[in-house]
Amino acid sequence: MSLSAKDKANVKAIWGKISSKSDDIGAEALGRMLVVYPQTKTYFSHWADVSPGSAPVKKHGKTIMGAVGDAVGKMDDLVGGLASLSELHAFKLRIDPANFKILAHCLLVVIGMLFPADFTPDIHVSVDKFFQNLALALAEKYR
Amino acid sequence: MVEWSDFERSTIQNIFANMDYDVVGPKALARCLVVYPWTQRYFGNFGNLYNAAAIMGNPMVANHGKVVLHGLDRAVKNMDNIKATYAELSVLHSEKLHVDPDNFRLLADCLSIVVAAQMGTAFTADVQAAFQKFLAVVVSSLGRQYH
Repeated sequence: MSLSAKDKANVKAIWGKISSKSDDIGAEALGRMLVVYPQTKTYFSHWADVSPGSAPVKKHGKTIMGAVGDAVGKMDDLVGGLASLSELHAFKLRIDPANFKILAHCLLVVIGMLFPADFTPDIHVSVDKFFQNLALALAEKYR
Repeated sequence: MVEWSDFERSTIQNIFANMDYDVVGPKALARCLVVYPWTQRYFGNFGNLYNAAAIMGNPMVANHGKVVLHGLDRAVKNMDNIKATYAELSVLHSEKLHVDPDNFRLLADCLSIVVAAQMGTAFTADVQAAFQKFLAVVVSSLGRQYH
């Protein structure tokens, strides 16, 4: 399910609208994920506080969205562009790739919540495909 | 049997009490058909599903969206026995309609997003957790009678 030219245009368009709030979106999605899918907390046992709105959650949400924004600019070659991030996730973080889907869903919910008029079904499918391709690129080096 | 906290019960009742089924149903089903186009396989006789605009304007899709949402109502009113409530519907979806049960999960995800868009920031993490737990039980019950 690779990205068509239309998908890339859609992703760039919605990113233009939401990027000013990307820190908030990241923090909200991450915080939400930890509540709605408690098994994801297992990756953050080193944080004192995993509650939504806490400092580590905000900081990490910002980090993640920074990488997502970076990926928007690398849509023509996500595997190449995300190679070092993939190595990080494969060899150091070793996050089960099933969790990428979970975070993607939470990101979609937050974008839909904050930008209901802009997050039309057409945009939704392109963004979902983008997240899927991002996840695949991230899992590239796993095995 | 599924255990529901007071918060979960009241959250589910609240969401559905304040929901316009005839708006949310069509929106959720249309979104599902756009975002996961392979789900269109079950609606061959629905006419024009050629693109998002056609799907969103299609009266048969809208109608069926309402049917689905009103069907969800049964679970809302029988939260302590969703499995039994949907046993017949599960058989129907398996034996007659031949629907891959993974599709229930896809529609549930779209429904979460539509409800989030309707409720805005009132759709907090805790509310989302309760809503998705409810939908997960519904999805599981609808797939239960497949063999």
